[in-house]
Amino acid sequence: MNDPTSGVTHLDIDAKESTFLDSSELILNMGPQHPATHGVLRVILKLDGEKVLGLECVIGYLHRGVEKIAENRTYAMFNPYVDRMDYVAAVSNGLGYCEAVEKLLNVEAPPRAKYIRVILTELNRIASHQLWLGTHALDIGAMTPLFYTFRDREEILKIFEKYCGARLTTHAFRIGGCLYETYDGFEQDVRNFLDFFTPKIDEYEELLTTNRIWVQRTRDVGVISGKDCIALGVTGPVLRASGVKWDLRKAQPYAAYKDFDFEIPVGTKGDTYDRYLVRMAEMRQSMRIIRQAVDGLPSGPIMAKVPKVLKPPVGEIYHSIEAPKGELGYFIVSDGSTQPYRVRVRPPSFVNLQALDLMCKGQLVADVVAVIGTLDIVLGEVDR
Amino acid sequence: MPSYITSYLEKSVQVTPGEAGNIFWAMVYILCVFGGVSLVVVCMNWLERKILAHMQIRLGPMRVGPHGLLQPIADALKLILKEDIIPEGADVLVFWLAPLIILLAVFSVYCVIPFGPTHAITDMNIGLLFMLGVSSLGVLGIVMAGWASNSHYPLIGALRSSAQMVSYEVAMGLAVVSAVLMTSLNAQGTGTLSMIGIVQAQQAQHTWFLFKFFPLGVVAFVVFAIAMIAETNRAPFDLPEAESELTAGFHTEYSGLRWSLFMLGEYAAMIAVSSIAITLWLGGWMRPFPHLLTGPIWDLAFSLFPALTFFGLAALALYAVGRMWKVPYFRAQAIGLAGLAAVFGLIGFVLLLPPVRTGVQDVYWFVAKIAVFLYLFIWYRATFPRYRFDQLMRVGWKVLLPIGLIVLVLTAIAGVIFG
Repeated sequence: MNDPTSGVTHLDIDAKESTFLDSSELILNMGPQHPATHGVLRVILKLDGEKVLGLECVIGYLHRGVEKIAENRTYAMFNPYVDRMDYVAAVSNGLGYCEAVEKLLNVEAPPRAKYIRVILTELNRIASHQLWLGTHALDIGAMTPLFYTFRDREEILKIFEKYCGARLTTHAFRIGGCLYETYDGFEQDVRNFLDFFTPKIDEYEELLTTNRIWVQRTRDVGVISGKDCIALGVTGPVLRASGVKWDLRKAQPYAAYKDFDFEIPVGTKGDTYDRYLVRMAEMRQSMRIIRQAVDGLPSGPIMAKVPKVLKPPVGEIYHSIEAPKGELGYFIVSDGSTQPYRVRVRPPSFVNLQALDLMCKGQLVADVVAVIGTLDIVLGEVDR
Repeated sequence: MPSYITSYLEKSVQVTPGEAGNIFWAMVYILCVFGGVSLVVVCMNWLERKILAHMQIRLGPMRVGPHGLLQPIADALKLILKEDIIPEGADVLVFWLAPLIILLAVFSVYCVIPFGPTHAITDMNIGLLFMLGVSSLGVLGIVMAGWASNSHYPLIGALRSSAQMVSYEVAMGLAVVSAVLMTSLNAQGTGTLSMIGIVQAQQAQHTWFLFKFFPLGVVAFVVFAIAMIAETNRAPFDLPEAESELTAGFHTEYSGLRWSLFMLGEYAAMIAVSSIAITLWLGGWMRPFPHLLTGPIWDLAFSLFPALTFFGLAALALYAVGRMWKVPYFRAQAIGLAGLAAVFGLIGFVLLLPPVRTGVQDVYWFVAKIAVFLYLFIWYRATFPRYRFDQLMRVGWKVLLPIGLIVLVLTAIAGVIFG
């Protein structure tokens, strides 16, 4: 057995390890059509009975060549494509891409656009965490929270729909600001949602936080230390649950985040239960940000002056934002033409997925499912 | 009419057909019980989906028939018509036998379940032992299914299942023994393992064993109630078929009719274990408060319950008809539902007739208690996350087993002191 703290080891499927009674291991293929691998992730497990000796992820079943597509599209044309990566947090993807190109063009979105971006992005963070909570609970065997979270997520999607006409892949932002002005009653809708959702979080927590089975299933499962997180590049709630206070919204404020007062929830042990608590607290913090943003929504233009044909100067840029799942970065190389020379995306799900092997070693099969759930991966983003 | 038919119709008969050696009536009872259980399983299929759906803020089946009432029939048709796949490399004979063994084990249990003092297929002096023994045979079917499928998920499911059975049978057995101990405290002073005898002992002692030596009876009942959920592989102990981990566990490779046999077996097992719990702790066929609320008025009041139940169902159906009639699209369905309401009403009226009324009392209360248990099964499924394998074993061996042992000892001591 490899020491889980020693770092990542590559699973050698053919290698024989001596186990109890020296029986050979069971190689179990989980996925890509498995109900709990969140899409088309394939995990090859090496098992000793129920115990996981090691695992290997096979990805690429949802590969669409998004980064290559970017090279054949203009900057504006590529914008909708990024929504299809992390399709449950499409707004965050759009925000990251738009800001990266804006940085490259050296333009800045007007304050009102920035505030609208923050409101929608934080709403999307709540929606993403709701989906995570529902599916994570379903993986652990609690069916019902899924339906509650989907019921409440609907309210967020309705706001998106009224704002830009789309619910999932919103394409809400444009390079230089926002295309759409807020609709009449937008602020009221958002405030109504905040009032509606506050008791709903309590409802979720009532179902799970003190539930004996839930606590037993999540506590000390998939433990990862802050050091290992940093070594593997794991970001987002997973990193924060391991006790590292790192949130790009505070560390490198983008959009309008420096105007708002909010806290970064951190965990202590870095187990699945901590990650659950961190994400629940994050939803509350997101609500705080949204309330401040709606209250202080400035007036003014929503679009900066950007040329009709975007021709960024020759150069390269890396811009990253705190997406619901972690650090979402865009590295864009411009050769001065209308199309990017190269776009490289640093997707949080892909990087976080690396930690799966480390977190699952020595655990049971049921924990693998729980850990996949707690990493909150979206395969559209892993494979791109 | 031949005497073997008439002899059993007389009022003086006090034994079950099996005991009396009356093969004709035993056969009738077997058909009634198996038909009834199958019918309940079909209803349960619909009810589980509906109740679960309403707990989860959705509607459940709504398309096939009014409120999806015909959904189980549609499902059954679909399952029968589906291709029956036997995976390559499977052990065909074992694969073929596994669902049958589960069904055989489950339905054999019904031989000794007493729906009334005479309403059982047979009564054995070792009825309880027979019941426990036969019902635990079901795990053989699961292991066979897991092994024969020649696939990893079913294999792990089968392994989990056998480990689960072993750890929960023990706690279950201890809880049962403490109830059996209580039977020896009646007037005659002799204990019994006969299912009918156990209920009669509760009758003689004027109490359900649930309340006997409070809280010992309750604790033993709770131990049994937890173990029986594990025994039937239902949430939160549904590890052998944990959907999110093992896709479908031991029946992953089964399809069509064979798969539906597993489902039939699972639901029938739920009814069977509920029956054991009811017989041992909840007074079997006895109506509530048989010794507290006595007298002809109370007898009459309680005897109206079966009819009232069916009138309630008819009223429910009529209410739905009233709502559906307003929508022209649902006219045909509304007419069908009205027919169902009429049938329920008719059954209700038949149940009002004095001879029928008294005749169905025992069966009615037994079935009503089963219904409560089945509702609890569904409720658990909507509420709890799933236990992990090692936690399940810990609950079985380190929590339930010691509690069962302590209750057993305390019951014995209490029996000596107060009995």
